[in-house]
Amino acid sequence: MMTFAFDLLLALSLLWSGWRALTTRRLDRAIVLFIAFGLLMTLAWARLAAPDIALAEAAIGAGLTGALLLDAYGAIRRRSDRT
Amino acid sequence: MKRLAVTALATGFAVVLVEAMLNLGPAAIDLRIPVRENLAESGVSHAVTAVLLNYRGYDTLLEVAVLLLALVAVLTVTDEADVAFPHMEHPVLQTLARLATPLMTVVAVYLLWAGAFRPGGAFQAGSVLAAAAVLLHLVGLLPGWRSPRLPLRLGLVAGLLTFLAVATAMLARGALLEYPPSMAGGLILLIESVLTVSLALILAGLFLLLSRDEGPS
Repeated sequence: MMTFAFDLLLALSLLWSGWRALTTRRLDRAIVLFIAFGLLMTLAWARLAAPDIALAEAAIGAGLTGALLLDAYGAIRRRSDRT
Repeated sequence: MKRLAVTALATGFAVVLVEAMLNLGPAAIDLRIPVRENLAESGVSHAVTAVLLNYRGYDTLLEVAVLLLALVAVLTVTDEADVAFPHMEHPVLQTLARLATPLMTVVAVYLLWAGAFRPGGAFQAGSVLAAAAVLLHLVGLLPGWRSPRLPLRLGLVAGLLTFLAVATAMLARGALLEYPPSMAGGLILLIESVLTVSLALILAGLFLLLSRDEGPS
């Protein structure tokens, strides 16, 4: 029962964070939500007994992609500030 | 009205999809049994690593090539602009990064070694190393990269070249990437070790080559 409640919560928060990341108007929030989505996805893979994918998702999906997106956001903002 | 119709259609489609997913029949081919039966000959005792580097080594080889291609694409759009340290001189963050980097290196080596018998492997180890480089860059301890010189270029392609060399050497014995069971463990460890370094450089390069300090913001 406990694990079912956890899985349900996980699935709902995955859907919610994915939806919010796509629909939110502010880019910075979208990026942070995307990173949160990646971390939740890591938990989901771990729950599906796929620790290999969970590791890769945490390191590449949430970590490096998130850092790259934040870096790109910083570059966009600097460029629009200058003009 | 139109909006309502679209919502209803989308909801109906979602319901049908969920229904179909719940009623999926068993997979036509079950590869788990052959994978488990041949694990002893693969050179590693973790099924995922055996699939990635032995049974389906071809896929991994091409994956590395794709990553390298992405980096080459990044190199074509970067210019020789001045690359400076980011404006971040926070002593706490810098000390934390200095403490974390050795630990991350140890974790990377562990992940690489553990790949043979439990979850882990070259991709995970490489991305942990790359994350350490990104962390050092963000706190201002590691400058962004200019266009890479020869040592870095060699480091970037070493993984793919080693993989290709092993694949070609195996061609002489029969088929591409068909390791003899007695040497499989050593060959996989060799490929994974070089791949870890190359993947770390490639992934870090995607960040450090693009990261330009464009003056005070």
